[in-house]
Amino acid sequence: MFRTPDGEEIFIIDGHTHFWDGSPENQANIHGKQFIDCFYAYHTALSPKDQLWSKEQFEKYSADKMHHDLFVDGPDDMAIVQSTYLSEFYKNGFNTIERNLDMAKAYPDRYIVNGAFDPRDGEKAIEYIHFMKENYNIKGVKLYTAEWKGDSRGWKLTDPSAYRCLELCQKLGITNVHVHKGPTIIPLDKDAFDVHDVDHAATDFQGLNFIIEHCGLPRLDDFCWIAVQETNVYGGLAVALPFIHSRPRYFAEVISELLFWVGEDKILFGSDYAIWTPRWLVEKFWNFEIPEDIKQEHGVDLTREAKRKILGLNAARLYNVDVEAQKARLKDASLAVAAE
Amino acid sequence: MRRPASTQIGGDARIAAVWNQLAGVMDPELDESIVDLGFVEDIAIGADGRVDVAFRLPTYWCSPNFAFLMADDIGRAVRELPWAREVHPRLEDHMFSQEVNRGTHLGLSFAETFRDLEVSDTLESLRETFLRKAFQRRQEAVILGLRRAGWSDAALVTTDLATLDRAVITDPEGLRQKPRYREILLARGLAARPSDLAFVTLDGAAIPADGLALHLRGLRAIRINMEANGALCRGLLDARYDEGPRAAAAMPSGHACGSAGASIGCCGSCALHAGGAVPAARDAGTPLSL
Repeated sequence: MFRTPDGEEIFIIDGHTHFWDGSPENQANIHGKQFIDCFYAYHTALSPKDQLWSKEQFEKYSADKMHHDLFVDGPDDMAIVQSTYLSEFYKNGFNTIERNLDMAKAYPDRYIVNGAFDPRDGEKAIEYIHFMKENYNIKGVKLYTAEWKGDSRGWKLTDPSAYRCLELCQKLGITNVHVHKGPTIIPLDKDAFDVHDVDHAATDFQGLNFIIEHCGLPRLDDFCWIAVQETNVYGGLAVALPFIHSRPRYFAEVISELLFWVGEDKILFGSDYAIWTPRWLVEKFWNFEIPEDIKQEHGVDLTREAKRKILGLNAARLYNVDVEAQKARLKDASLAVAAE
Repeated sequence: MRRPASTQIGGDARIAAVWNQLAGVMDPELDESIVDLGFVEDIAIGADGRVDVAFRLPTYWCSPNFAFLMADDIGRAVRELPWAREVHPRLEDHMFSQEVNRGTHLGLSFAETFRDLEVSDTLESLRETFLRKAFQRRQEAVILGLRRAGWSDAALVTTDLATLDRAVITDPEGLRQKPRYREILLARGLAARPSDLAFVTLDGAAIPADGLALHLRGLRAIRINMEANGALCRGLLDARYDEGPRAAAAMPSGHACGSAGASIGCCGSCALHAGGAVPAARDAGTPLSL
């Protein structure tokens, strides 16, 4: 729970968090090392100095630490945990759903754990989606289209094999599809960060919500056009939000563009934990005001109501979280802990 | 602008000439000079006129096609120097360093270099996508510069090339982009004669005065995206190659919980983790990820 300086309690759902193992012991090759190094560069490039972690801490952290950073030191009420396998880079995977569920089991009121699938697995992917639904009752998946597999260097949402998986998700009610556009290398002569496959998939699967992490960065402009046309396309704020510290004017311009094109009902807060921690992000975001000249130029405003929606209410809607009931449940749980 | 001390000192006129050539090589995605972005790491000139240019990118994962374009452009730019005999661009710390370096060294085309991957032909359509964005970004900067200088929308949409050439812009970004906009406008064949319109759409169509605001809204999204990417790339490059956090400055002192300092009850796990989260001491100057 985040309490504003004037005493309002804001319900926070952190829409994008991870519980990974990027440690050298788990790295399968140079790519595994470079992958976590790249994450660490994001962490050091955009975090406030007093929020920096050591490399060793960043590579692997405990379930207790994650809980503390999100819910004790941090203001999150709930967090959505994304699964990313990266089996070609990490011996036991980067953060598989099993690892995430094991981390989350002590706090079932806090975590929503999403699954993942790789359409290149063909029939196995279909079976795996059934398995995750039946055993873990997943509400969403995280798709990482840049994942390597054998000779393949990535896939698209519009691949026929991906469409089969999305059809099944829609049928089973796995409605939230978080899409992370990393650099997809094949075909090599095309834009590696192209987001247009989202456009087609969103049109064809009206029963699914597509949450584009990082708001399509580095293709924010293309993402905005797509989100305008597709009512079921959302933007996750991870990566864009940390600019609020290092480059507040850039952040003002980015959030203004998103508010104008995408709208305050379709933007979701996400810390991208452990790349960033939620406390400073939420504090800065709540206190943030778009400078007057940018407000005028864009014709938008980041109101209190918009902030409430972005920080939690939008994600609550997508994941069917009854906010008042959840608040009461979390309060009871914390009273129970205090009484022990 | 970042220039390694080893090549800056010494005053070699040829080194300076190479830097000058490289300043004109753009990151195609950001439309910014690879020198300004800090991508060029080292330049070495041999007695025989051989030039080696080492460059590195913000991440190991940066698009290999753009890396290839930059390597190719580095080669072309430096070969324009009459004394340069052989030019060897060298991409470092990248997932496709070996392929890109081999390809440019042997003078192979993009398709020949990456014959094992799925490549249909050339990079021309990719390059075109980003040239269009560069055109739009430059145009917006010039139009905004002129607006700030008091020009009306009606005047802007009827401005011809000769008038643009005489126009005075004081806004720094508009001033910087004006010659670059002119260059790309002519290069794309959207204007040629002094009487041609200076501000047209990507397809060369005139813009109605009452449509300029809408037109600019489209351009603005492109500029904001490119600026955010540029800032991200600079930040990642710095983080990748500069010094990391120090033990002394890395963590807040005392409770990680900050304000809840005295209350052990609420943050038992904080006390648990405060020690574990302190980074190990690191020698000054150790690069993060080399």
